[in-house]
Amino acid sequence: MLLKQPLEFYSESLAGVDRSELQGKLIVIEGPDSVGRSTQVARLRTWLEHQGHAVLDTGLARGALAGKGISQAKEGNTLGPITMTLFYATDFADRLENEIVPALRAGFVVLTDRYIFSLMARAIARGEDRAWIERVASFALVPHAIYYLRAEVRDLVPRVVLGRGAFDHWESGMDMRFGTDMHDSFVKYQSRVIHALDRMAKRYNFVVIDATKTPDQIFRELQRSIGKLF
Amino acid sequence: MSPLVPNRHRGKLIVVEGIDGSGKSTQLSLLSQWLRAQCIAVAFSEWNSSPLVRETTKRGKKKNMFTPVTFSLIHATDFADRLERYIVPLVKAGAVVCADRYAYTAFARDVVRGVSRRWVRNLYRFSLRPNLAFYFRVPLEVAIGRILGGRNAIKFYEAGMDMGLSRNVEESFRIFQGRILDEYEAMIQEVGFHVIDATGSIEEQQQQMRDIVMRELGESLRNGIMRAPRGDLDVAQAAARVL
Repeated sequence: MLLKQPLEFYSESLAGVDRSELQGKLIVIEGPDSVGRSTQVARLRTWLEHQGHAVLDTGLARGALAGKGISQAKEGNTLGPITMTLFYATDFADRLENEIVPALRAGFVVLTDRYIFSLMARAIARGEDRAWIERVASFALVPHAIYYLRAEVRDLVPRVVLGRGAFDHWESGMDMRFGTDMHDSFVKYQSRVIHALDRMAKRYNFVVIDATKTPDQIFRELQRSIGKLF
Repeated sequence: MSPLVPNRHRGKLIVVEGIDGSGKSTQLSLLSQWLRAQCIAVAFSEWNSSPLVRETTKRGKKKNMFTPVTFSLIHATDFADRLERYIVPLVKAGAVVCADRYAYTAFARDVVRGVSRRWVRNLYRFSLRPNLAFYFRVPLEVAIGRILGGRNAIKFYEAGMDMGLSRNVEESFRIFQGRILDEYEAMIQEVGFHVIDATGSIEEQQQQMRDIVMRELGESLRNGIMRAPRGDLDVAQAAARVL
């Protein structure tokens, strides 16, 4: 099945990628921090494997090239906003070319926890130019399906408190200091991220899922929809 | 093509471009010293100098992990770091920042490596527009002669060896740099480069540069630019090399 490129991407083809060879399925789960993506990705993976599919799962800042650099830079809390965005973009490009494309070529189902959309939303939340980051990200392949787990910030805050038990510097957007403390900054920052993702939903054909439902309900919704891809 | 961000700050940004062996670094160094001698606060910045990104670039090169897009992006990341944390604050403060290589290096080289002209120009859109951009034009053979004659062995990525142009490092370098030269030539008007004939004597080239600086920036250099008192020149120099 050929992956088609929608008009919205100013497409920058990747060297050495023959799209007709890509037999697998690219499924993206998007949403803000703490919304429950990783939980769903894990369950989906298990289910898909039971169905007999080979699955690759991949997420932000985990690539072989830039993953370590990003972690180190984040520890120092000294990355400027554009630098951070580009570091993530580098990591994304690396994972796309070295992990995702080969997996698709081999017929895998690729489940990705976040894609260019979170990258763009974080950049936009930091005041960076939307057209700029969209064009930078235009080398990305168009996914077969994009599921946006949507929640308001007020739903996310309890999950941070009850889940990790603390607010994280970067997830609170503290590099930009949206508030005087991490809670206030988190609220302001994540609102901006959610707003940016909301604006992308129509443009990029997100399937919007109400993430305030129970994990089981969400999983069943995802299952039903993904099942139609095969 | 997407223009860069106009410089509306007190300070100035002067950049030099050209292929390796064009002599641009020597000329920039002489220019910086001349400006310092006039008690102007000068800072210096060069390509590939972000400590935050350096490890990643090194690792990538060592393990041959780069593709055209990731190569372009990691260098843009390095550049963004220099720009955000070093160049922009200094220009805002009123210094003259002299940069050895700028976004135009990426425009030339990354296109030769395989990304589109449009994409790479968009990538660098956030960059501050230089007040002056000098392009040191040198015939390919002259540049190659200088490099082969002067330095250590040509490195793998420098020669574009990952692109499979030739099995021979020198030959690969020749082809690779030749294509980069073509890209530079094609962007002269777009960028508004001041072209310096790099086959002239060092003194001639430097005089041309100074004349252009005086003509274009003379007024601003007298008013508004940060001054560095004499005797503090070494301190200014040391501070400028901090990266």
